[in-house]
Amino acid sequence: MRVPLSWLRDFAPFEGDPADIAATLDDLGLVVEVVEHVGEGLGDVVVARIEEVTAIEGADKIRRVVVTDGSDLVEVACGAKNFAVGDLVALAPVGSVLPGGFAIGKRKMKGMVSNGMLCSGRELRLSEDHAGILILNEVDGAAPGVLLTDALGIGPDVVFDVAVEANRPDAWCMAGVARDLAARMGLPFAVPSTPDLMSLVDPGGPQAPVPSSGPAVGSVATVQVDDLELCPRFTARVVTGIRVGESPDWLTRRLLAAGMRPINNVVDASNYVMLELGQPTHPYDLDRLAGGGLLVRRAGAGETVTTLDDVERTLGRPGPGLGDTGQDCLICDATGAPVGIGGIMGGASSEIGPDTTDVLLEAAYFVPMAIARTSKRLNLRTEASARFERGCDPAGIDRAAERFCELLALTAGPDVTVAEGVLDIVGTDVPVPLEVDVRPSRVNGLLGTELTAPAIAELLVPLGMEAVPTGGDDDPVRVVVPTFRPDVRPAPMGEADLTEEVARTYGYSRLPRRHPAWPQPGGLTTYQRERRKLKDVLCGIGASEAWTTAFVTESDQVTAGFPPPYIEVTNPLVDAERFLRSSMAPGLVRAIVYNAERRQGDVRLFEVGSVFRLADVPDPEGPPAEVDERLCAVFAGEGDDAWSAVAAWHTVAGSLGLADWVMEQGHHRGNDGRVSHEYRSATLLSGPAVSGGRRVTLGEVGELDPTFVETFGLVGTDGRPRRVGWLDLDLDVLLDPARATRRPLESAPISRFPSSDIDLAFVVPDEVPAGSVEATLVEAGGELLESVQLFDVYRGESLGDGARSLAYRLRFCALDRTLTDEETASLRSGCITAVEQAHRAALR
Amino acid sequence: MTGALDVDALVDEARGAIEAADSTEEIRHVAATVSGKKSALAEASRALGSMDPEARKELGRELHEARTTVEELLESRRSEIRFAELSAEMAASRLDLTEYVPGTVAGPGSRGHLHLVSQTRDALEDVFVGMGFDVAEGPEIETDWYNFGALNIPPAHPARGMWDTFYLHLGEPESTLLRTHTSPVQIHLMEQAVLDGTLPIHSVMPGRCYRRDTPDARHLAVFHQIEGLVVDRGITFADLAGTIETFTTAYFGPDIHSRLRPAYFPFTEPSAEFEVTCAICHGGGCRTCSQTGWIELGGCGMVDPAVFASVGIDADDWTGFAFGFGIDRCAQMRHQIADMRALIENDIRFLRQF
Repeated sequence: MRVPLSWLRDFAPFEGDPADIAATLDDLGLVVEVVEHVGEGLGDVVVARIEEVTAIEGADKIRRVVVTDGSDLVEVACGAKNFAVGDLVALAPVGSVLPGGFAIGKRKMKGMVSNGMLCSGRELRLSEDHAGILILNEVDGAAPGVLLTDALGIGPDVVFDVAVEANRPDAWCMAGVARDLAARMGLPFAVPSTPDLMSLVDPGGPQAPVPSSGPAVGSVATVQVDDLELCPRFTARVVTGIRVGESPDWLTRRLLAAGMRPINNVVDASNYVMLELGQPTHPYDLDRLAGGGLLVRRAGAGETVTTLDDVERTLGRPGPGLGDTGQDCLICDATGAPVGIGGIMGGASSEIGPDTTDVLLEAAYFVPMAIARTSKRLNLRTEASARFERGCDPAGIDRAAERFCELLALTAGPDVTVAEGVLDIVGTDVPVPLEVDVRPSRVNGLLGTELTAPAIAELLVPLGMEAVPTGGDDDPVRVVVPTFRPDVRPAPMGEADLTEEVARTYGYSRLPRRHPAWPQPGGLTTYQRERRKLKDVLCGIGASEAWTTAFVTESDQVTAGFPPPYIEVTNPLVDAERFLRSSMAPGLVRAIVYNAERRQGDVRLFEVGSVFRLADVPDPEGPPAEVDERLCAVFAGEGDDAWSAVAAWHTVAGSLGLADWVMEQGHHRGNDGRVSHEYRSATLLSGPAVSGGRRVTLGEVGELDPTFVETFGLVGTDGRPRRVGWLDLDLDVLLDPARATRRPLESAPISRFPSSDIDLAFVVPDEVPAGSVEATLVEAGGELLESVQLFDVYRGESLGDGARSLAYRLRFCALDRTLTDEETASLRSGCITAVEQAHRAALR
Repeated sequence: MTGALDVDALVDEARGAIEAADSTEEIRHVAATVSGKKSALAEASRALGSMDPEARKELGRELHEARTTVEELLESRRSEIRFAELSAEMAASRLDLTEYVPGTVAGPGSRGHLHLVSQTRDALEDVFVGMGFDVAEGPEIETDWYNFGALNIPPAHPARGMWDTFYLHLGEPESTLLRTHTSPVQIHLMEQAVLDGTLPIHSVMPGRCYRRDTPDARHLAVFHQIEGLVVDRGITFADLAGTIETFTTAYFGPDIHSRLRPAYFPFTEPSAEFEVTCAICHGGGCRTCSQTGWIELGGCGMVDPAVFASVGIDADDWTGFAFGFGIDRCAQMRHQIADMRALIENDIRFLRQF
């Protein structure tokens, strides 16, 4: 909201450096986003009179103009055509700097020297007019040589662009900002009466408001409210005999300074009142209201109304989303035909036009939640709806309507008559002032201050609250909260709300600070520590962490091997990317492609993130979805393939200290899954679980399916899909020691005796996994086996098709003795026999 | 059908040949025979020119259909063969992944890099852990209750406009969503603590959040927040201000300070926004901080009694404060990243810098 300092001064005598005022507003929570200095830079601009206008040979866009600035003749070039000799205009002489920083210098143009500029209203930031230069003939006191600011009676002003928080509808107007600021600065605050206002803003103009001298309002218009639930208070005033035209300069200047376009004196008066007091009002052309009045009712299901923006709106049906009841408040003419949506937007049929003479002004209180629902569903937000949905002051209506009538009486011609009285329909749901007891102990307990009851009362009173201590310094302060503060809730919540008010007026910057201490230690969970370790391990093997999007396409999901249904976003940013990922693989492969396209495709990337799925058994309290944290790594460096991922897995398992795990090769996702290479991938399983010997899946390791890789366009120089190793781990399982068992905590004794190594090479059929051979060796080696290590794999013609040689180094050791040759020989033959028998293998 | 030419027979013949082919080489050969320039169908088409218009029209249509059918048969067989050949090729490249011989797989030889966001998150966690906080996490999909309702933001509350929410097609419309902030974790923590009787709480909650904002230089639709919650006896706004100050100095450096100013959040009362000394100009005023010397970092306040009520904590017995701010934004500030979108591009040249 744009807040001119000059306007704030209507309410309290604010003085001092605007920067300090801005800082104070910040500290009040009325955050000043921009401080704009307007009317500055006009100091050098003078009134000048046109003396001579001549064409320049060879130039049709500009003419040579000679003006007098009162003492000298000045020659300037000017492109505008809206003036003649004798007109008074605004001259920015050489050396002046216009608002916005535009510096006027001597300029050579088309063979002449221009010694200044004749300015338009917009160039001076006085109006939006840029059709021609500003003509000052009608301005009293304008004469050549007079400073423009003196002639117009304007001083430089400061406009604060204030961000008003959503819970402070009262501060969304000049009076509201001024009230807070005055309270903080210890200045008296008052909304000026209309005569006082006029003497401030238009000292030469008409001063006194026209008294209500017309017929009784009830004899010229009717109002009926059928739905007091949606509209608990509705008032109407009638002003007759108006002449629609432009508003006076002081008013349009204020509207412009506040960022609002002047329309005509009737609409401007309504807008002025809203900006000044925060109450939206709506003027109707009374003659265009059938039946001469208004009827307020709930919209029927599917009823339509065409709003001022020329859009036909359908009402009365609940939209998607929680809490939308589909209850919309319609404003109708007296015959029941809709003329607008209550509190949001009027209709075109009863709009103020140039011929309007009689105005019915609506000033009402609508239920905030109802306005919020209707406005959200219709996607129709207006200055009025934004205020009503936050909560306007039902008690502020009278003053706002009165101000409107008084302004119109001053601005809409000599025949204005204000009808006597107010049509005022009040229901039972109109908010009333709240009474909240504020305990000093509570205030100090929340703020860490030591304020007494009188001190608290003193901080609340200037905000427009009644605050009376009920006893001693520690006894509660009884506060009556005015209806313009809907943010303050009834007790007990209201006590906290008022504590914030105490703190704001006191000054957040003055509140004490203390570093708290508690006996409980902080720390990471095992899961969090191990997750960090896991990421570090991945970095250690040369993989960098990526962050890919959670929003994927349907084809990403299918390609990643996940059959529907998927979790779908109702309102995606990009329509195609409306599913939550089931796998990080598509995103990571895309990231590799992104890098490959920049000639840096030899990368290893990993991501730790969430993947999403529908819940198997929905938790009745929670969402029907599961979010799993996984680690996905892709290895696309030079020479990378399934082995890179396998090596990575071994490092991961080692660093986590997994006691036991199994790699089970073969296709594991059925035919839908094409993400893993059917013959070069394996499922990782935990060791047999303590209960029931069930193994749980830790993840997958191996290589990505070539078709999958090709889908994303990741092909090598030979045009074939690149081999990409991948590792995909379920962290919820892997980092849970109950499911992925760790090595025991207890240390194992180390033998002091020398160990013996035995190397054994077996020819083993291809169908037998090396892992099974190793498992057999471990079993056969028994307690004396310290380690077993595959150190060579050989395939060759000598071994024939369908078999390979696996060479293992077995290290034996006893804790209490050196093993004898006999013992080792026996262990050796035991191992050989076990492998040969179990696996159709032969010692080589 | 015309007496001279049995189009159906030609199609049957082609089908037979196509089905018999079982290699890329063979299907290429068959294709030339059944649909190439010298195929019977092609020749029949060429012969159309010499026919009378009525017969030409009829036969022309038949031939066109036949050729379409043959092309479709070819394409489907080609893809079957391609698939079979690829499968055979893949089978032939079979690996026994348990045949892993340690030391035989070479890596790139240089370390990879943790994502800047992770590094920032870890650093922030470490600061808070040092201050006595533990670290809690929660799910990215939430119900309306956890994300809004329990946080004192009822349906249709105008404050919901502060968060542009991604809703999910799950359950009732707008009942399930991607969390717009980490605050629902607060609710989970408090509920659990009440259930287990384990109050107090001193936790920070980092995590990924979602808002329906078109990404630009300063915003991402998916971003990271860290949130803090302390619920204990005798906790005041002074403790909040002190915690923010301690954190600011510890994380940003000894010459960076903090200040609080009033703000509105439905889940805290009193509420504040906190700002830290601009790290670019060290408070002197520059373009980055709009000459104010301060940079807005996050929101905070005393836990609203309505929030306590929704989790069953007695607001007369316990008080608490909460704060939250953007992790990505911290990273952006600290490393002067001009465009936030660099964080999600995954360009290795960017990742390697940190």
